[in-house]
Amino acid sequence: MSLLKKVMSGLVLFVSMIMGSLWAAEPEYSTLNLRPGVTDNSQLVYDLHMEVVVIMFAVAALVFAAILFAVIRFRKSKNPNPAKFSHSTTLEIIWTVVPMLILIYLTKPAISLLLDMEDTSKADMTVQVTGIQWKWKYKYLDSDIEFISSLSTPAEQYNDYERNAAEKGENYLLEVDNEVVLPIGKKIRFLITADDVIHSWWVPDFAVKMDAIPGFVNETWAKINEPGIYRGVCAELCGRLHGFMPIVVRAVPQAEYDQWVEKKLAEKAEAERLAAEAAARSWSMEDLMAQGKEVYEAKCAVCHQSNGEGLGTFPALKGSKVATVDSADDHARLVILGLNAMPKFGEELSDADLAAVVTYERNAWGNDTGDTVQPGRIAELKAGK
Amino acid sequence: MAHDHHPTGLSRWLFTTNHKDIGTMYLWFSFIMFLIGGLMALGIRLELFQPGLQFWDPNFFNTLTTMHGLIMVFGAVMPAFVGLANWLIPMQIGAPDMALPRMNNWSFWILPFAFGLLLSSLFMEGGAPNFGWTFYAPLSTKFGPPSTDFFIFGVHLMGISSIMGAINVIVTVFNMRAPGMTLMKMPMFVWTWVITAFLLIMVMPVLAGAVTMMLTDRHFGTSFFDAAGGGDPVMFQHIFWFFGHPEVYIMILPAFGIASHIIPAFSRKPLFGYSSMVYATASIAFLSFIVWAHHMFTVGMPVAGELYFMIATMIIAVPTGVKIFNWVATMWRGSLTFETPMLFALAFVVLFTLGGVSGVMLAMTPVDKQYHDTYFVVAHFHYVLFPGAIFGTIAAVYYWLPKWTGNMYSEFWGKIHFWFSIIAVNLTFFPMHFSGLAGMQRRVPDYNMMFEGFNQMSSIGAFMLGFGQIIFLGVLIHCIKGGKGKATDKVWEGAEGLEFTHLPSPAPYHSFEQSPEVK
Amino acid sequence: MSKANNKNVLFKAIGITALMTVFAFAMVPLYNVFCEITGINGKVVVSEALYDEVETDTNRTVTIEFITSINRGMPWEFKSTINKIDVHPGELKEVMFYARNYSQKTITGQAVPSVAPGQASFYLNKTECFCFDQQTLKPGEEIKMPMKFYIDPELPEHLHTVTMSYVLFNATSKGSDSVAAN
Repeated sequence: MSLLKKVMSGLVLFVSMIMGSLWAAEPEYSTLNLRPGVTDNSQLVYDLHMEVVVIMFAVAALVFAAILFAVIRFRKSKNPNPAKFSHSTTLEIIWTVVPMLILIYLTKPAISLLLDMEDTSKADMTVQVTGIQWKWKYKYLDSDIEFISSLSTPAEQYNDYERNAAEKGENYLLEVDNEVVLPIGKKIRFLITADDVIHSWWVPDFAVKMDAIPGFVNETWAKINEPGIYRGVCAELCGRLHGFMPIVVRAVPQAEYDQWVEKKLAEKAEAERLAAEAAARSWSMEDLMAQGKEVYEAKCAVCHQSNGEGLGTFPALKGSKVATVDSADDHARLVILGLNAMPKFGEELSDADLAAVVTYERNAWGNDTGDTVQPGRIAELKAGK
Repeated sequence: MAHDHHPTGLSRWLFTTNHKDIGTMYLWFSFIMFLIGGLMALGIRLELFQPGLQFWDPNFFNTLTTMHGLIMVFGAVMPAFVGLANWLIPMQIGAPDMALPRMNNWSFWILPFAFGLLLSSLFMEGGAPNFGWTFYAPLSTKFGPPSTDFFIFGVHLMGISSIMGAINVIVTVFNMRAPGMTLMKMPMFVWTWVITAFLLIMVMPVLAGAVTMMLTDRHFGTSFFDAAGGGDPVMFQHIFWFFGHPEVYIMILPAFGIASHIIPAFSRKPLFGYSSMVYATASIAFLSFIVWAHHMFTVGMPVAGELYFMIATMIIAVPTGVKIFNWVATMWRGSLTFETPMLFALAFVVLFTLGGVSGVMLAMTPVDKQYHDTYFVVAHFHYVLFPGAIFGTIAAVYYWLPKWTGNMYSEFWGKIHFWFSIIAVNLTFFPMHFSGLAGMQRRVPDYNMMFEGFNQMSSIGAFMLGFGQIIFLGVLIHCIKGGKGKATDKVWEGAEGLEFTHLPSPAPYHSFEQSPEVK
Repeated sequence: MSKANNKNVLFKAIGITALMTVFAFAMVPLYNVFCEITGINGKVVVSEALYDEVETDTNRTVTIEFITSINRGMPWEFKSTINKIDVHPGELKEVMFYARNYSQKTITGQAVPSVAPGQASFYLNKTECFCFDQQTLKPGEEIKMPMKFYIDPELPEHLHTVTMSYVLFNATSKGSDSVAAN
């Protein structure tokens, strides 16, 4: 057998192996194939996907078999005198019509599934999802809960430039600080939008992927059948940390969900009380700097860098006009309100954290303005005083 | 023009209006860009070899993916096809040269400047473009680095170059055909190219329009793509893909033409269904204008729009299928031999079919919403582009190289190049189907460990693939320097077409001083 | 192969190129028209509708939700006074929105509307809306802005909830942004 034949038959074997492995793959958690997921529609999507895979690979296998046969049977050594035919109307009609029929056959289930996927009516609750460079903001429109969810994998795990990265956890890059908690068995409508660039909210287990477009609202929905933790990612290139803004949904029974809502609301009240307390007292420079460094590393260093020197289009803070020349109030306003690529940290950080981080930026890396900003002043700025 | 005298040295290349010289320059330019774009791909695969960030900052990683895409699409594939068109079209239609030789010279010499501009942005403050080769607004407008303006200007220049090249092809094909060569007697490569040329002059202006709107959005206060001023970022995607989808066919139709020459030649049998090939090509080109939004199934289109674009897209599978079946029928009961060009052409048919079936899967809106922007898409379009456009080009180079240089290349090393490439190309791109289905999104420098195995396979494959192309370079240089001896005028036993039957090897500087008679 | 013939084809090809260039820019207004007809993206017709005493369909109730957000760098408070309201198709309703400029500068704001599902934008008629024009507020100034609308009774049966979203942008002048950015 010649080399060519070997490889050709190898190729066929390869394809059949792949088809085999699609079946062999564990349905719950596959690293080979789509997931059946945990909603009715994700199951239907999975079924349709498998159907297309089978039909399409069957078509491809037919073509490959024909090529393989020609390559073996009609090589010059076996068939020295070529035929001369150059068309056959019957054949050409057959291979125009048959693919059309196959496509029509495939289109039918796709249409009904699509209509269902797009039907967001009669939802039990609504969650507004806002994509922000590089985190997600969730707002429960029915229960006054609002929080920001960002990657919780520590930088030590992914920064491996010195080949000294910490050991990676199981959910590396797929874990967040604030999970989205949702009840099972309820039709949940998601209103999806963005603050800066286009993002895309994708949870494979729900078969939900919807672009978050700044200035516009898209909607989609899911009705989760089983409790569990479902992980997704941002699917549209959105800048530097596009690969670092995962989504984690924890689906729980209704009763547990209600408890979570209560807990969240209590936490919110408590946070407000603590913030008021923090704002009331006067902070020392040391306290502000220590707290500020922590906040800076967690929230600001991804763009402006730990050394304050910026990176690419992200401006440096070290020696910058904002952090040294402008007044502390203007500096704080910029952090609170955001501008262009700079997010609105006013809605993410407490007054104390804002005060601390502004103080830190004005005194770290040799900026040495000596300014301190008190949480009380932040509260005043937010109120327009 | 009637004598064989021409200047030598640098000025020969700088001022040449000869279709062969210009074709040669296009091909070498595209090969250089192919290597540069390939190096960037290796940079990407290096970072993706294992989880964690080992080499590049994520921002530079985005730059690599962006520049890799732009360079491969506009710098490698498109100029390679224009180069082949320059070399082959006059010879195949019995013309002495291209119709507009001076424009031909300009259209080439714009390219080095365009790509010089684009590549220089790598060294600029703020870095090179980092928003993907699709440069979606507002990431590329409000949030783009300062070098975006150089990118915009570069795109304008390469657009002008492509349009000039395309116009030249159209005028040549319409006006310079030998007597007796009616449209339905034109070789398939000429047919596919003239259809490509029409696509080019229709969509490159749209691309130019899109980047111009970007430019005015960035600097002149317009808000085409900014909701704040009443614009819409989704409109950018509509305009981009109105260009982008025909662009996809610009990058594959000439390869269809090439396969339609090589498969009959090595099957020693005429092309099956010539006229249906022509109609299929034309209908693919037509359909390419009415399916663009299948790249945007997740932007929140109304359901009627999604249904329309799904069905229209699926229809493309029919003419594409016709082409594949015709090639198989061409081989049927032929007398096949497997020289390097045939091997690449066969690989083209087989692997393009794989890219085609994943294309049908992607056309189906409900499932596409899962596939969209994952590595499954990356696998799909690389199957169409690498074994499609690039194997097509490589097959063409092997097939016509003896005609161009007058020398036979080394069949042994050509085959080594082939086997190296085909194993590597599958090792690189096949695993991407799986990582995509399992949930790995595109354009990320880092990933969860569950995708590690497939990414390692891809990375190893990519380095093999890169190495394989060094063999190609060696084969080319060896052949130009004399190769394995002189080629016959007909070169291949089953070769057809004026360039093989009416011209010596190497082909003379001016192809046909006197028009040949075509029966 | 005559030169004249070459020129003929050349000019035709250049003509196609020129036409397509025009078309590229014509896609902008075409797209807007297309959006208004099909409701792609919930782009809302930014013009006043007239309330012509359409018959109110009291058998049907549609929930209208209001979402507001503020663009970066916009020092205003901006919200609707209610989160949602139930309406009968055909019934004219008024909803108040509140805005306050808490900065020390006079600032002009522009609210950009969007509707989800996009299809609904076709049946949503506003007779009065603050989003039709810009608002300028002095430092500390606050304003209550009305938005009057009715839902066309032709609204497709399967739609029960319609979300109206407003994003408030700073429209003072592009120049002032760059100063603060440095």
